[in-house]
Amino acid sequence: MAEPISRAEVEATARLARILLSEEEIAGFTSQLGSILAYMETLNELDTTDVEPLAHVLPLKNVLRPDEVRPSIGADLAVREAPDATNGFFRVPKVLGEGGGA
Amino acid sequence: MTLPPGVKATLVVGLEIHVQLRTATKLFCGCEVRFGAPPNSLTCPVCLGHPGTLPVMNREALRCAVKTAMALGCRVLPRTKWDRKSYWYPDLPKNYQISQYDLPVGLEGAIEIPRGDGTAKTVRIRRVHLEEDAGKNLHDDPEVTLVDLNRTGTPLLEIVTEPDIASAEEAGALARELQRIVRYMGVADADMQKGHMRFEPNINCIIEKDGAEARTPIVEVKNLNSFKALEAAVAFEFERQAAAYLADPAYTIERCGKENRGWDDAALRTLVQRHKEEAHEYRYFPDPDLVPYEWTAEELGELAREAPELPQARRRRLARELGIGEGDALLIVEDRATGDLFEAAVAAGTCPKTLAKHFINIWTRLANDAGVAIAGLGLGAGALAELARIQADGTVSATAAQQIAEAMAKSPEPPRALAARMGLLQLSDRAAILPFVKDAIAANAKAAADYRAGGKKSAKSLGFLQGQAMRLSGGRANPAVIAALLKEELGPPAG
Repeated sequence: MAEPISRAEVEATARLARILLSEEEIAGFTSQLGSILAYMETLNELDTTDVEPLAHVLPLKNVLRPDEVRPSIGADLAVREAPDATNGFFRVPKVLGEGGGA
Repeated sequence: MTLPPGVKATLVVGLEIHVQLRTATKLFCGCEVRFGAPPNSLTCPVCLGHPGTLPVMNREALRCAVKTAMALGCRVLPRTKWDRKSYWYPDLPKNYQISQYDLPVGLEGAIEIPRGDGTAKTVRIRRVHLEEDAGKNLHDDPEVTLVDLNRTGTPLLEIVTEPDIASAEEAGALARELQRIVRYMGVADADMQKGHMRFEPNINCIIEKDGAEARTPIVEVKNLNSFKALEAAVAFEFERQAAAYLADPAYTIERCGKENRGWDDAALRTLVQRHKEEAHEYRYFPDPDLVPYEWTAEELGELAREAPELPQARRRRLARELGIGEGDALLIVEDRATGDLFEAAVAAGTCPKTLAKHFINIWTRLANDAGVAIAGLGLGAGALAELARIQADGTVSATAAQQIAEAMAKSPEPPRALAARMGLLQLSDRAAILPFVKDAIAANAKAAADYRAGGKKSAKSLGFLQGQAMRLSGGRANPAVIAALLKEELGPPAG
């Protein structure tokens, strides 16, 4: 049986998560993630043809709030726990690229 | 664009448009949405992305989103949900953006873009979904980035079109029509100065050369925030991509894939940015903090009934009911209040075509001078109707109507009273005009003779006599009455 996850896929996943893994960690995670994925394969034995994909585990829907302003916490408190701040702004290492791409 | 002989280039553009919805609060928390507040003053643990906080959906934002989807003819999904999209910049500190992936608010609609000549082009809408805006990263300091999260969590509607747009002008016209639609509906202010509408065109070209067809890479230009920049960026990319392909035939979508470019508003050109991440690299997954929303038929019916008549339908109706050209109607329905004023004036009783001419030629200019919409000039529908009526029935001339309009902008007096006070009432009474006609003929015997002689000089002489009679009347006589009386007095020309 082919490995459930390849070394290259683990490396790509680490890159997307912006974490740096050592050679040993890559090998370790490839094996561990492989076991997890193999275990999850068990679910594929079930016939889910007529089952709608689950978006949420709670039996809840339609939770809304009215569009009414509530007090914000203020700039001082907002930045107080930040590692670095100036004049009410968060101060972070230089961002390369544009950001704001939401 | 100049292309070598035998080469044909076709532009293909799809648009992603972000519209900021008009809500009092953010999408998932009660922080106020307000432009220009001190940095980070409009934040709370939810929009700051603190662990353990819970976002709750803003009812008004969801309603605005669905109403817009309906206005764009979309199929509203009976069940909608929210997903997390990975994001790596500090202006969204959760490290993800809450957006919608597979169950957006609406799918498969269309928008009609009016052309100046009264025809329209239809562009298909792929999807409409809700998402939260990011904050602002300030890059002024070369060493650090400053972050203001006031805008973080502001409700945005993302509207994605199919690649049906074929020119920079069409892209601009679509964006402007969408602005009118959301303003008509009252779901957004769409104030460009405040960044309420932002555009991301996806642009490529099909190039036919030597019987073969090639496609250039799809370029997404990020974050354009004016109609002008949108049009300029699309036009620039068309030229750039066609030239790049002709210089290097390997510049194709197959070889180069997709590309992100930024817009330099000073240099009026696009610049390379990072390569576009593949969709799966955003690693969307359902947001476990938010539950799905399921619409009832009653709710959707109620929202549909709240929709006003939209600009394009209004243009068509005015053209049909009042015989106004659709191109003219374009200006009249530019904003809802001005359209309402026009219709109220029509209802007050007037000549609709003259009124339309006044809106297009007179009121638009005066409104532009004052920096407002026509409805913002503060003039009543009755006064506008009266001015059009007294021009249409010959009481005042078209030129006089312009002068009266200018006076109306400054004085509360009704148009007819202004005309009288300003000495602009036009003389239409035949008996009153006849002496001017007779005097003009008597004083210009040669012109009268030339007219009677017929031939080449005849028409010119009549025009001359008409001018003389008008001058004698002090410019107040109705030109049509002068012309009729002159012909009667002079008799038919020979020949």
